[in-house]
Amino acid sequence: MAIRTEPVTVNLGPQHPSTHGVFRLRVTFDGEVVLDVEPVFGYLHRGTEKLAEERTYVQVVTLTDRLDYVSAMTNNLAYVRAVEKLAGIEVPERAKYLRVISSELQRIASHLIATGFLLQELGAFATPLMYCFRERERILELFEMLCGARITVSYMRPGGVLQDAPEDFWPALDELVKAMPQYIEELEGLITSNEIVLARTKDVGVLTAEKAINASVTGPMLRATGVQWDLRKADPHEVYDRVEFDVPIGAIGDTYDRYLVRVQEMRQSLRIIEQCVKQIPKGDIRSRTAYFIRPPVGDAYGAVESPKGELGFYLVSDGGIAPYRCKIRSPSFINLTVLRDLLAGWKMADLIIIFGSTDIVLGEVDR
Amino acid sequence: MEGQAVKAGFDFLGIYGFFDGLMPESLDWLAFLVAGFILAFAIINALVVSTAVYTWFERRALGKFQSRLGPNRWGPFGLLQPIADVVKFMSKEDTVPDGADRQVFTLAPIVFVATGFLVFALIPLGSNDWLSRLNIGLVFIIAVTSVNTLAIFMAGWSSRNKYAMFGAMRGVAMLISYEVPMALAIAAVALASQSLSTYTVVTNQEVPFMLVMPLAFFIFVAAASAEMSRTPFDLIESESELGSGYHTEYSGMKFALFQLAEFMAPIIVSCIVATLFLSGWRGWGPIPGQVWFILKALVVLCALLWFRATWPRLRVDQIMEFAWKGLFPLSLLNLFAVATEIQLLRDPVTGALTDSDMWAMAAINWAITGIVFLAVSRMFARKQLQRPLPKPSPLANMGAEAE
Repeated sequence: MAIRTEPVTVNLGPQHPSTHGVFRLRVTFDGEVVLDVEPVFGYLHRGTEKLAEERTYVQVVTLTDRLDYVSAMTNNLAYVRAVEKLAGIEVPERAKYLRVISSELQRIASHLIATGFLLQELGAFATPLMYCFRERERILELFEMLCGARITVSYMRPGGVLQDAPEDFWPALDELVKAMPQYIEELEGLITSNEIVLARTKDVGVLTAEKAINASVTGPMLRATGVQWDLRKADPHEVYDRVEFDVPIGAIGDTYDRYLVRVQEMRQSLRIIEQCVKQIPKGDIRSRTAYFIRPPVGDAYGAVESPKGELGFYLVSDGGIAPYRCKIRSPSFINLTVLRDLLAGWKMADLIIIFGSTDIVLGEVDR
Repeated sequence: MEGQAVKAGFDFLGIYGFFDGLMPESLDWLAFLVAGFILAFAIINALVVSTAVYTWFERRALGKFQSRLGPNRWGPFGLLQPIADVVKFMSKEDTVPDGADRQVFTLAPIVFVATGFLVFALIPLGSNDWLSRLNIGLVFIIAVTSVNTLAIFMAGWSSRNKYAMFGAMRGVAMLISYEVPMALAIAAVALASQSLSTYTVVTNQEVPFMLVMPLAFFIFVAAASAEMSRTPFDLIESESELGSGYHTEYSGMKFALFQLAEFMAPIIVSCIVATLFLSGWRGWGPIPGQVWFILKALVVLCALLWFRATWPRLRVDQIMEFAWKGLFPLSLLNLFAVATEIQLLRDPVTGALTDSDMWAMAAINWAITGIVFLAVSRMFARKQLQRPLPKPSPLANMGAEAE
């Protein structure tokens, strides 16, 4: 006699430890195996795009902090790039360097969070996560020196940055840049060749290059598939064309590759910071702009390589003091479009880590 | 052979004798009953209090592992944290889900905790523990620990919650699988000590069995850490996947009972390991046996804590593979080796094993363990690290700057 079985539908989230916030996956399981996944968005929708239409161009900077709240610096950068394109604002050299330094620091911090939470989702009881947070803390302290805030920095302004780095910032940055490689070594020593991590992540959740490009996946997820695409090189903004760095890629695009790419990107970010510290000139940190920026009628798209992928702001101006329309191309959201293909057929435990390795932040998904 | 018996521990005969002396001949049964209650009270409270202290210890130690502080507000070094926890649990509302099977739902935590006490009663803390002289102690331990499985399934099934059901189903599959290698490892101990009573296992353990049969020790620790479902085998709870597995729907004191049982498990496991493999209360010098026992158990406890703080979790199929393809053949091999050695080495007339026999067994078993570990790591570990070198996809289109 055959035992009758039937698929079970489970709501993973919006309250669930591994959904990176308030994300919901309506998953159909056959035993432990995932049959179908239906992502449900919108639990953190705050109407950022609409709110931006009622604020001046400078005020919108604070809204961008709250998109991807673990990498506020790159959000700021993407937005101010769009405004500068729209209004034709020049940026002083020193400000450009400060922007690059702070965004690369932010990239390290964001990748630390991604790695720590991936390990947490693998079941390592908080230890790797706490190690990652310990180092991230040092980066946040640097941010505090720069602008007084740690998470929601609002450091960048159209035409420059908020203020120059204080005197004691540079020695602290030097110290961090010196200490960080050892720390990344330590992290890699604990994780990269760990039997259990390998058994869990190797060949799990493979994303092919074709599929990634078709779904316009960007960032470490795309690079893990072997596609060497990085906006910092493809469309060099700020001073990325004056520094040397590699774009690390993965071999087959599995969960393990996504982890490896992130770790290697942290190393490259340190390289960039080192070179920027050597090259940074003295001078202004902000060009003179009107308090109410009134860009000419038109539109502009500014994008940067955020830790999650291509973060873009499309701004339309009607000549007023607030954007007529502000569209955000958020990498977290677009990287999620491959989720159903990635997850079908894997087990529940794999679902959690594949989802974790996409490294989404709900503030950016729902906007 | 036993030497000077140290007076302490769960000395039932002593307590019984004391009450028997107070009462007339006809009230023997009452003295027996009173002594029994006192003993049960002592066992339960010893375990509960040590668990309370252990929760504090584990959280502090995990804090140190994770470069954070751990509980440090309540009392010196946060020592009163367990009391605060219990007060919190007691003041919580005790909810039962709507569709739940109320009776089974209530019974599950009680069954879960009771098994822990039953096993702990058989641990010989010192040389005059009375209950541990039960002549089928090892069988009893194997039997009672299997009841855990039932309790977990009761909790998961009666909760009428899908996460709890997932946890319970995983739990049943895993716990039943790991019972096999665990029982086979215990069987090797029983063979070598020529006894099924935990008491005699210790008295016959001139050389710690950890040295005599390292393979059995390894298998037992691995299987036992699966039995108490902690990382890397914590898929019953697997916080990041199931919320909290089979006890998702529990709150208040019922949840506290589950927590108690879960924190009790490492203590019991380390006590069993100390008894079966580290020669229990045996030690040197004037230090009483109980102290030796506690020291040995503490070492095992810290090792288990270290596992918990370090390892990620395995997937459910990998865990089953590890049980059936890894531990099960190894435990059979170990049992076969130990049985053959005993047959060859023992005194043909009395059947007794001397110390030198034990050391000879140790030498052979260490060699076997070394070869097995080497072979296993060659077979599985190397393959894992082979990966193709990353090469840029032809679809890449980053212009001339691309390296």
